[in-house]
Amino acid sequence: MTRDKRLSWINGLLLPLFNVLTAFIATGIVFLFIGVDPIEATKILLYGALGYDEGLGYTLYYATNFVFTGLAVAVAFHAGLFNIGGEGQAYVGGLGIALVALYINPAMSAWIVIPLAISGGLLFGALWAIIPAYLQAYRGSHIVITTIMFNFLASALMVYVLVNILREVGEMSPESGDFIKVSWLPFVHDIFASFGYKIARSPLNLSILVALFFSAAVWFFLWHTRWGFAIRAAGKSNEAAIYSGINPKKIIVVTMCISGALAGLVGINELMGVQHRLFLNFNYGYGFGGIAVALMGRNHPIGILIAAFLFGILYQGGAELDFELQNVSRDIVVVMQGLVILFCGGLEYLYRPVLIRFLAPIKESK
Amino acid sequence: MSESKIAKKLMSESKIAIELINVDKHFGAVHANDKVNLSVESGTIHGIVGENGAGKSTLMSILYGFYQADSGQIKVFDKDFRATSSRQSIEAGIGMVHQHFMLVDNFTVLENVILGSEGGALISQSLAKARIELTRLAKEYGLEVELDIAVEELSVGMQQRVEILKGLYKGARVLILDEPTGVLTPQESDELFRIFDALKKQGVTIILITHKLREIMNITDHVSVMRAGKMVAHRETSKTNPEELAELMIGRKVLLNIEKSKAKSGKALLTAKNLEIYNEQGLKRVTEVSFQAHSGEILGIAGVTGNGQGSLLKALAGILPLSKGSIKIMGKTITPESHLNPKQLRELGVAHVPEDRQKMGMIADFSASETALLGYHNDKEINQGVWLKRSSVKANCESLMQAFDVRPNNPNLMSSNFSGGNQQKLILAREFERDPEVLIIGQPTRGVDIGAIEFIRKRIIEMRDAGKAIILISVELEEIMSLSDRIIVMCDGEITGTVDAKDANEATLGMMMANALQPQDEPKGAKL
Repeated sequence: MTRDKRLSWINGLLLPLFNVLTAFIATGIVFLFIGVDPIEATKILLYGALGYDEGLGYTLYYATNFVFTGLAVAVAFHAGLFNIGGEGQAYVGGLGIALVALYINPAMSAWIVIPLAISGGLLFGALWAIIPAYLQAYRGSHIVITTIMFNFLASALMVYVLVNILREVGEMSPESGDFIKVSWLPFVHDIFASFGYKIARSPLNLSILVALFFSAAVWFFLWHTRWGFAIRAAGKSNEAAIYSGINPKKIIVVTMCISGALAGLVGINELMGVQHRLFLNFNYGYGFGGIAVALMGRNHPIGILIAAFLFGILYQGGAELDFELQNVSRDIVVVMQGLVILFCGGLEYLYRPVLIRFLAPIKESK
Repeated sequence: MSESKIAKKLMSESKIAIELINVDKHFGAVHANDKVNLSVESGTIHGIVGENGAGKSTLMSILYGFYQADSGQIKVFDKDFRATSSRQSIEAGIGMVHQHFMLVDNFTVLENVILGSEGGALISQSLAKARIELTRLAKEYGLEVELDIAVEELSVGMQQRVEILKGLYKGARVLILDEPTGVLTPQESDELFRIFDALKKQGVTIILITHKLREIMNITDHVSVMRAGKMVAHRETSKTNPEELAELMIGRKVLLNIEKSKAKSGKALLTAKNLEIYNEQGLKRVTEVSFQAHSGEILGIAGVTGNGQGSLLKALAGILPLSKGSIKIMGKTITPESHLNPKQLRELGVAHVPEDRQKMGMIADFSASETALLGYHNDKEINQGVWLKRSSVKANCESLMQAFDVRPNNPNLMSSNFSGGNQQKLILAREFERDPEVLIIGQPTRGVDIGAIEFIRKRIIEMRDAGKAIILISVELEEIMSLSDRIIVMCDGEITGTVDAKDANEATLGMMMANALQPQDEPKGAKL
């Protein structure tokens, strides 16, 4: 293997692996401090997340959300933009989905309604990203500031919409009525059942295929189209982009629209797939989780799929820990997430010098 | 320290100011300095020449305490010397003037000089002390500079003086200057050399790092040549010549002056009229500039860096808009109202080799094949529907690499992993191989080794002979003079002179670059 190849293996695979392991070891130390046997905890976590049908279903269901928001962050990142508004874009995207799924003619075929509802999510997510994008491109307001502010705006907007507009007459809780049936995405256990296989019920639904589809689409778009080339060029060097006839301002707006649209897909999984209604804070935590997923996945769709799966494990396994162990609350997931972000993001290159020295040393020239 | 004391100190010192014995330095696989030996006589001007990457800068950085040698011995005035910080070097009497000045722009000259030797919590005392000392130094060496003016208000030449003063104030008896004339007009350079003479008379030793052989020939006493990390030759300057030095530098014979036939200039392909251009920061950089570029002709634009040539180049390439005037190019007209962007200009057959290769011409962490695509990523040959065909991208890069002998010829290699010369060749290939009609070329050989310079210049002349209109901007007067058929000189955003290349000489161009010459060749008095 050439040295360049080895280096890319180190950067692409070994480093994230070592970082995640370190994060787990650190979590183990935290467990020791609160009087929990870390090995026992790991067993519970892994069994809870992967050990049986239902657990695995939940893990994949959580992972689906992280794929959407992770892709959103990654696409923006390739244009040199840090979109931390995934939370708000996912939320508002949910509104787009709900509007289609609530008010479309229920007699229409699912083959029309579902794509339309998905488009609603894409569109509203994009719309929620376009204002910060415009402000960044043409007014110089920093996208990190504006997108985070738009998360709060989204929160306020959704409360207003749910309480004053979408809440059904006579209902106490701020949520919409049920989506029309044809907009529901089938559960995976139902599909299996229709072929005669029986697996445990879980919220895992066909959105996972949508997530896989968009992962492939993002990969193709970024690395195999001229628009992806333009986005990556603008992200690496503004000056080189202008020189090449690429308009960086346009790139900012377009990329953020794509990014917001991807985040807007969280609602497919949560709303069309599982809850079949719009309710408060369905998006909670996935937007920010997506940042960690993108970081860990090195902004590459394959990496994001792996990282999202890991986060799914943490989510589901963490819930299991909370259930099984008395002195552990579900917040342990947040601690683990934090440690993963710390070691995968903040201390990304911690092991790089050592790994390079051992696995890809520079050969002495004669 | 009084004058006599310095003189005494210098007399008591050995004749050898700096001696390097077998100094060796690796950076990973790169053998930056390979058993380098050098001895610099005290009170002389010693030149060190070599191509980029020959190890000159590393060697000097070892002397200045930035790096430590892996092995070998260094003696400064006969004392063993091993610096781990620049402070130790300063104490040993070594001062360095970097290529990019290390000055705080909004500090005054005086404040800059005492920076790092404030000597206590309150600086008023050291300021007063420095003022007396500097006045003395300035008189002694002919280095007059106004002390209470902010550095940003000084010309580049003056800022360089401040750097030299800083070194002397800190007690430097050996001054190292890294490419000191890169940013100066010829006249400013002459002034600098006059200062060198004064310093030398006072017993100061000067080490001059440069790639300009003319300077070496004019002012040094001794010259050492480095190639690929090794010190390959030491010569007494009076007993060598530029041809020999060039050959030593690259290890084979080179043509310093490219042969070219007479230009057969044809019709005007680009006509600029009364251009006024503001740069990205909104500062007016170009005023009332008009010229024509003809097919089959190289039009050189000379000037000291930062006199509007850069902005002019960007406007011609469609990167900066015009605020006044018009450019007629290939039958289309650019005005403030109707702007053509770089993409549209490329479609018209205008190629642009940018001044800033690293930031604009390429993307450091794109592969070579992607860098070779910049500006042409919308081309039909490379796209099939929405699909950007990787195979075509690679083939495109391979053919460019072959045409311009880019090494290594690996399209997948990261652009930053190529040497400066090969990066530049790749960019030139990208722009030349699409058969453009108008070529706008900025600093074609900046930071490029001599071997590649020869190659690049030949290619530019080939393009001219193929009937293209070429606009060439360079800070190297020698380059402008050897390539151009017609020369425009810019100063402060205006054209201060137009000359035919055969009538051009360094003195008149230099005067024009400083705007000290009226078009009728009447000296305008001492505006310098």
